[in-house]
Amino acid sequence: MGSLEVWSLIKQGWRRKPEQEDKVRRLISNLPYEDLRRKYQPNRQYANNSIKTTKYTVWSFIPMNLFEQFHRFANVYFVVIAMLNFVPIVNAFEPGVALIPICVILILTAIKDAWEDFRRYQADKQLNNMPCSIYSRKEKDFVSKCWKDVRVGDFVKVVCNEVIPADILLLHSSDPNGVCHIETANLDGETNLKQRQIVRGFAAPDGSFQPEYFSSIIYCEKPSNNLNRFKGYLDKPDKKKIGFGKENLLLRGCTVRNTDEAAGIVVYAGHETKAMLNNKGPRYKRSKLERKVNTDVLFCVALLFIMCLIGALGYFIWLETFPDIPPFVPPDSNNNYISPALSGFYMFFTMVILLQVLIPISLYVSIELIKVGQIFFITNDIDLYDEETDSRIQCRALNITEDLGQIKYIFSDKTGTLTENKMVFRRCSVMGIEYCHRENALRLGAQCETISDDEDIVFQKPKVPSRLQYRQKKGISSLRRSQSARTHMGARYQSEVFTITNEVAFSSPLETDVAPDRRLLRVTCDEKTQIQEWCRVSHCNGSASFMDFFLALAICNTVVVSTAMLPRQRVHSSTLKTGGRLQSLLKRMGSLSHIVNSFQSIPEKSSKSRSSLKDVKEEEAEDYSDSGSNNPSRRNSSASHHSEEERGTVSDPNGLCYEAESPDEAALVYAAKAYGFTLLARAPDRVTVRLPQGAVLSFEVLDTLAFDSTRKRMSVVVRHPITREVVIYTKGADSAIMELLDCHENQAEENKRKKIASKTQRHLDLYASAGLRTLCIAKKVLSEQAYDDWASIRQEAESTIDNREELLMETAVHLETNLTLLGATGIEDRLQDDVPATIAALREAGIQVWVLTGDKNETAVNIAYSCRLFNQGDMVFTLNTDSREQCESILDCTLGEVRRYTAPSQSWSFQSIVGAVMPTESTGPTFGLVIEGRTLSMVFEAHLQMKLLELARHCRSVLCCRVTPLQKSAVVKLVRNKLKVMTLSIGDGANDVNMIQTADIGIGISGQEGMQAVMASDFAITHFKHLKKLLLVHGHWCYSRLAKMVIYFFYKNVMYVNLLFWYQFYCGFSGTAMIDYWLMIFFNLFFTSTPPIMFGIMDRDISAETLLGLPELYKTGQNSEFYKRATFWIVMLDAFYQSLVCFFIPYWTYQGSDIDIFTFGTPMNTVSLFTILLHLAIEIKSWTAIHWGFMVGSVLLYFIVALIFSAICINCNPPSNPYWIMENQMADPVFYLVCIITTVVALLPRYIIRVLQGTLALSPLVQARKLDRLSTEARDQQIKNWKSQRSPSEVPTNLVSPVDSFSNSFEQSFYNSSLEREMPDMQWDSNEETQNTFSKGHRRSISTMTV
Amino acid sequence: HPRDVRTCETNKHRTGSSGEGTTNRPDNTAFDQQRLPAWQPVLSAGIVIPGFLLVGLAFIGIGVALFVTSRSIQVLEVSAPKGFPPLAVPPTRGGPVFLYYGLSNYFQNVRGYGCLAMTTSSGGTCPRCSPSSSCAPYQYDQNTTIAPCGSVANSMFNDTFTLYQLVNATRKTVPLDGKGIAWWTDYNIKFRNPPEVDGSLAAAFNGTVKPVNWPKPVYDLDPTNPANNGFLNQDFLVWMRTAALPDFWKLYRRITEGEYASGLPAGNYTLEIQYNYPVANFAGRKSVIFSNTSWMGGKNQFLGIAYLVTGSLCVVMSAVMLIVYAKFNSPDEDF
Repeated sequence: MGSLEVWSLIKQGWRRKPEQEDKVRRLISNLPYEDLRRKYQPNRQYANNSIKTTKYTVWSFIPMNLFEQFHRFANVYFVVIAMLNFVPIVNAFEPGVALIPICVILILTAIKDAWEDFRRYQADKQLNNMPCSIYSRKEKDFVSKCWKDVRVGDFVKVVCNEVIPADILLLHSSDPNGVCHIETANLDGETNLKQRQIVRGFAAPDGSFQPEYFSSIIYCEKPSNNLNRFKGYLDKPDKKKIGFGKENLLLRGCTVRNTDEAAGIVVYAGHETKAMLNNKGPRYKRSKLERKVNTDVLFCVALLFIMCLIGALGYFIWLETFPDIPPFVPPDSNNNYISPALSGFYMFFTMVILLQVLIPISLYVSIELIKVGQIFFITNDIDLYDEETDSRIQCRALNITEDLGQIKYIFSDKTGTLTENKMVFRRCSVMGIEYCHRENALRLGAQCETISDDEDIVFQKPKVPSRLQYRQKKGISSLRRSQSARTHMGARYQSEVFTITNEVAFSSPLETDVAPDRRLLRVTCDEKTQIQEWCRVSHCNGSASFMDFFLALAICNTVVVSTAMLPRQRVHSSTLKTGGRLQSLLKRMGSLSHIVNSFQSIPEKSSKSRSSLKDVKEEEAEDYSDSGSNNPSRRNSSASHHSEEERGTVSDPNGLCYEAESPDEAALVYAAKAYGFTLLARAPDRVTVRLPQGAVLSFEVLDTLAFDSTRKRMSVVVRHPITREVVIYTKGADSAIMELLDCHENQAEENKRKKIASKTQRHLDLYASAGLRTLCIAKKVLSEQAYDDWASIRQEAESTIDNREELLMETAVHLETNLTLLGATGIEDRLQDDVPATIAALREAGIQVWVLTGDKNETAVNIAYSCRLFNQGDMVFTLNTDSREQCESILDCTLGEVRRYTAPSQSWSFQSIVGAVMPTESTGPTFGLVIEGRTLSMVFEAHLQMKLLELARHCRSVLCCRVTPLQKSAVVKLVRNKLKVMTLSIGDGANDVNMIQTADIGIGISGQEGMQAVMASDFAITHFKHLKKLLLVHGHWCYSRLAKMVIYFFYKNVMYVNLLFWYQFYCGFSGTAMIDYWLMIFFNLFFTSTPPIMFGIMDRDISAETLLGLPELYKTGQNSEFYKRATFWIVMLDAFYQSLVCFFIPYWTYQGSDIDIFTFGTPMNTVSLFTILLHLAIEIKSWTAIHWGFMVGSVLLYFIVALIFSAICINCNPPSNPYWIMENQMADPVFYLVCIITTVVALLPRYIIRVLQGTLALSPLVQARKLDRLSTEARDQQIKNWKSQRSPSEVPTNLVSPVDSFSNSFEQSFYNSSLEREMPDMQWDSNEETQNTFSKGHRRSISTMTV
Repeated sequence: HPRDVRTCETNKHRTGSSGEGTTNRPDNTAFDQQRLPAWQPVLSAGIVIPGFLLVGLAFIGIGVALFVTSRSIQVLEVSAPKGFPPLAVPPTRGGPVFLYYGLSNYFQNVRGYGCLAMTTSSGGTCPRCSPSSSCAPYQYDQNTTIAPCGSVANSMFNDTFTLYQLVNATRKTVPLDGKGIAWWTDYNIKFRNPPEVDGSLAAAFNGTVKPVNWPKPVYDLDPTNPANNGFLNQDFLVWMRTAALPDFWKLYRRITEGEYASGLPAGNYTLEIQYNYPVANFAGRKSVIFSNTSWMGGKNQFLGIAYLVTGSLCVVMSAVMLIVYAKFNSPDEDF
């Protein structure tokens, strides 16, 4: 290399800011600069890969931590007070002593922060020192280094199962297809494998990778936290530009799977990687209670101001009353007397210092400690623990626990939140004919039963074998298919058959296995006989539609096939008509046979399961012979299956594992498989499908038009291996597909198609009303010319950088026209466990539940009924219109109707306030509201929000369907801001993130759809049903505990400080304290601080069982009954009363005697300690050993400390120092007499009121507390009585999940009708019947505009 | 082969994350699950009636005892005495009788007033124990240390009282005992004189001056009793124990000797007062009080009455609760 070259290289590297730096990142390989110093490195301005998430360093800890702590108003206030002590004119205490409390608080907080930071430091260190391979020019190979050594521009190699150290642009993969599989579980929790491809043009033919020759310049985006956005291009030395995108990027934190090794160049490192940019710490929200506390603190400040003013004025007046200067008024140190007015002014500040405790500074620290304790208990709740995923509830926001107890509105997502988001294929309609899959439905029903039985029988025991046993016992023939799926499960998790893992979605037998509809199977079999024809004739004129339908199901998706069991394919590969590529693929997979063998050996671990397996296999065979007449090919295949098994070489036919990004896709692929159309492999440019009769087709994938929410559809463009046609398979929402159907020039054909389309549309409506998710499948055959034209446009779009997304979408829309409808599918998304019961309980608790979903109207309404959001007796209004005027008039009209019904029930609500035991069920109908996304946006546009809210308030539930993520958050915001209520959003997907962040509390469900929702949430749970305990029990507890604690804290400070204030009237307002300042500080710091904290963490006013049994108890929290404005002032009055008692009883006792200051103050201090602690004792509702320990401990601590202090403090606080005063007092009987009577008189009013409350038992809380004292059975009986008393019309919860019972009966009737009357039109009649029965009751549609 | 490896590694990975022993399952303990056995009292009328009754009766009992005791204590207060006020003392039971002086509207508890240093000054010679700055402005008198310094000491009460019994028109001096009127701890532990120099206390205070308002230096407070001088003078100690309230008594003497030991015999007495201490500048009044004591200290009607009232209130409350109980605790709710 010539020196000139080196110079130019250096010059290149020297440029500090490459052009376009503001918009894009430009980087080049580091290799040519390997040995140069840092300042010559070309990419030095980019962050390196060592991460530091700590906030502090050893040196900066103290200043930075202090700086942060002083951001809190409370701390600043306290320090200002402490500083005030050092002003000589006003000092009340020893200045040094005044610093102690603030120092203790600051130190405690600092220790907590330091510990947290240290843990982060350790985690960072561990990450930074993880090993990785970086290419070195010197060694001409990859050398092992640490993560922290990785820089932007380095070449890094990752091997299988290694975690990726930085964001790497993939340039090399050991995979011949140039793909690299990664698992992004660390990043977003999605466990399915994702494919990444090497940048186009970098696939080295010989599989080698030589970074030295990489001379391109990389331009890419600046770092951003958007995981799904990455684009850029390579500027090759020959000026050719190669575009790349997120499919070429390996993300830090992901794990390489399934690929030997991959290598690439680092584009983002360290803190600039997408993983780190997404990693925001816990969120800090301010809770409603805390906001209230802050206003009350302001009241305290006002009170303090008034008291100080009184002190200042009093001092002035007091000084004025003397005819001459009295001997006890001290001059200043220069022997001058300052004027009374000025002295009064100074006295104001002295008073501030004296009475500073009125502002409960330690309150904030206490609240924080309490919340830590509360979160400890929430996360430790075993009821909120999910066995399957081994995960507890996560509390991500640390300081809004008490908000959980005040929720009035819940906004819930539907899919994945109310439902499992585990899709089960239920029905399909092909070419206008419905196939109801009765066998499948029966099987699913039976499956449900066994699963629920299973769970009863074996709770802790290993699940898989027991399930097998159980099936064997029952011998339900319909189960056998799921059996085979389960064995495949065993293969995947062979080392842990006995532990329950369900980390990979869609692996439960319910989703993976579909029992084919006999009728449809027959049709497809018929069609299979035509296959030869089909192969010969170029276009088969619709007769092969069934074929196409299933092919579309199998192909038109992004499902990755991850594990293949292959010898079987090899057997058939001899019959393959397609090329060598697949064969080579199969060859490479061939060596997997030993896995197959190992899988075969698993059942031996459990002889029982083994035998049951065999039984099932035999039964299966029988079953097939039963239906054998209908499907000869199936019989053949099962026969060959058996023969192969005998040879001992073959696996289960289900040995494929599909990993899909969306569960619908997997469900469809499994459905296709059930009919013999098995997706075997997917490479970026090729999909392989096995046809029912065994032929394997390999389609060349020309393009994939990915799904997006605007198009609501996806397509694949493939070249048919036999006909060589370019075929587009599209699947998507019915609204999206139906509009795009083509018009045929042939009139008869056109009519036929129209008929099919209208029939399919009817079926779709039927599916939707049965709560199924619908998808339309369509295809289109493209002429070669048309495709070429399109492809060139597409290529252009792909290589642009700026608005690539828009262009790509445009091209997609351009292609997806004139489709031919193939059919439609209905997929069931099963309700999660206990959803109806949870919703019923939440509603009983006075919480309005709104469901916001993107699903279509009918699907959503049906789910709403099945999860009891709507009851059959409810009046359901549907708002669905496009026009503004109509929208307004409908709203008005509906409102009018609702008001007519609700008018009489007004009196009912009044009654419920008066008499707690009155039956509280209104006689009028309850309302439900369904509103469409379009109408919703109309409402927002036309400023009809208030009308909508008014209407919604009258409704039991509101269902918004077809809403966008943005609309979801707009609805939440509307309710939150306009109604001023506490809102909670719960969701599981990325589309719920907006809503989750908008609500007061966001809850993420960690389920099938990744972690975005969880990342944005405040609490993360695993099942919707956990919401019940979280809100009703923990919410109630946290709120009542904290509210009571806060109230108590205010009381405590006011009560204690007022003692000092009253004394000012007897010491000339001079700011004297009659209690030694050490004891005063200890009083707040040690003697009375721990019991309220313990109270705030541990007190249990009502047991969890009762709270769950009587959800209406939650209303106390909703209405903020523990902490209202009135509560605050009542407790202030009580504090004033108690302080008056605590001051004046000792005062009158010692009046006119020779008592000295501290002897006078000691009984007051003692009395206030007793009063304050016993006040708490009245409030404590359950006394555990810990409560006793803290209370007794506090009293003991007081006496011990006071005695020791009085004994050793000979010389402090002169002249009336506390020496031996406590001892003297404790030897005096009057001291005890004063203490007893003062405490009794001080607490008598509160005690009497509490006794009266307890006796009259007006509030449900007291009644519930009485229930708690009963035995379990008696309590359950009482709860039942209570409920029946209050809501006689409430029906007991069905044990059978309503959706199942409903859909089963529906299924049944539908099936019967379709059996009896084969005519499709007749079938439709029966559909209408079911629809009619379905919509009977009060359900009304005020307006329904068709799409 | 990659797929091969993946399958095995996946298994390993999964067992690693959720293998036995490392489960994330919360402990099922009573503490963690908030199920600790607890006493859950529900305050209701039925339960508290006996409590109220008992407390009420006990309080009434205590109140009666206190009241009786307090009534047995006799107090004779002579307000604003000047010169030789004649006193007719009723027969007193129980001795000894204590003689107090009282000051009203005197705020010994004013902050800043109550400063004093040089109390126990670590036993060195006095020049070594410099007065605390909090004594200012009674710290130095023309750069000489004041002993004792501070405004409390400076404003020490200095009236003197002599009590005579008028027996057949002759004045018979009643012996007043000035020993042990201060707290034992004040005399023995808190306050110390500087060590005597050559057996002389005066020498020990060499280099200090008397407080401005004092007529005599500190080592010469009680010429009759050399041991009652310096910082250990009993009157000084009593004065230094600052009163809590503006109207206060301070013990002057006890009458413990001879025929007066068990109380003053009934008769006429006269009190000779040497009037030194001005009260006009703070509009105060002086008084002299004769009182005997009991186990509960001086006379105090208040505490007894308070107990009686509270006790009665409790009894009344128990009656009210009984009514409430009868009315609202219907049997079916009594579960």
